[in-house]
Amino acid sequence: MTTPYDWSSDVFSEIKKRNIETVCTVPDGGLTQLLNMVKDDTDTRLVTLSTEEESMGIVTGHWLGGKRSMVAMQSSGVGNCINALGYPAVMRAPCLMIVTMRGQWGEFNPWQVQMGRSTETVLEAIGVKCFPVDKPEEVGETFAGAAGLAFNGGFSAAVLISQRIIGAKGFGKE
Amino acid sequence: MSGSNKIQRRAFVSDLLGKRDGTLVIPGLGSPTWDCFAAGDSPEYLYSWGGMGLSVPTALGLALAQPNKRILALTGDGEMMMGIGSLGVVADQAPGNLAILVLDNEHFGETGRQTGLSSNQADLCKIAEGFGIKQTMAVTEHGAVGELADFLFKAPGPVFATAKIALSDDPWMLPVKDGVAIAQRFRTALGVDET
Repeated sequence: MTTPYDWSSDVFSEIKKRNIETVCTVPDGGLTQLLNMVKDDTDTRLVTLSTEEESMGIVTGHWLGGKRSMVAMQSSGVGNCINALGYPAVMRAPCLMIVTMRGQWGEFNPWQVQMGRSTETVLEAIGVKCFPVDKPEEVGETFAGAAGLAFNGGFSAAVLISQRIIGAKGFGKE
Repeated sequence: MSGSNKIQRRAFVSDLLGKRDGTLVIPGLGSPTWDCFAAGDSPEYLYSWGGMGLSVPTALGLALAQPNKRILALTGDGEMMMGIGSLGVVADQAPGNLAILVLDNEHFGETGRQTGLSSNQADLCKIAEGFGIKQTMAVTEHGAVGELADFLFKAPGPVFATAKIALSDDPWMLPVKDGVAIAQRFRTALGVDET
């Protein structure tokens, strides 16, 4: 069995390089390694949310105070954020998101499919530039590109990490 | 019940903000934003015309980024209810420089005075305490504004307060609504240039 490509380390290295000091999250299984890296790093703050749209306020407030932050969430969480995504946009506050996709590649749970199928469409509709990626070795550079757009241009940008990279949760079934 | 609420919001907010001593204010959308503007324009107010539920999260993000500044989220009961889970995030992060004041008239004042959830059932201070915000204060008289100012602007945070305000007909006081202008003015006042 080959070791899966470690895209989480690539993303974490970009987080450090770009002085992103806070990561807001409602966790997802696909984000476990990345969130553990953030949690274990004393210079990076992990903010656990009750619901994902809170992060649009937190990243805006953080930017108002001169610091960089970002959001990490599952595709279902995107649905919770739609109205809130207008908030950083109207102030041109950078809003960088990393989204692990559910409901697309071998999904076991049909309850995840509707939002997974809609994620990119609704994000683009509210004005978020999406960067879908389905090769693990390309996640790091894709994240870097999205971060550049967000922080240098004052835009909202989302890296959508394919379920093909994460793998489907099998619930013990084939 | 709000029928017995005595505090007049405009005079109360004006007297409170007169004691803020450099505290940065994140008003919620609607009436709290009009109240701040009516109290006297300041670049240290982040006026809001939207994003219901995001007053406390925005104030939290700012408090974490600017630990040496005092931050006040000043919002209404409906806006607070929509972002109620953010009180759990505040308690978890526990920023010592963050204060929250809910102007509680127990109604959706901007939309036709429909009855709100804090009118008969929900107790916002108990909810905040339940989330783990240990320091709370409930104010029902204008005369408590000095004590409330000390609590919001000086006590170790995070702190949470409610002021039971009357339903009132106040003249519209509408500040600038360009979000980029509001945000840039706020950042300039803070001395922030970079992302």
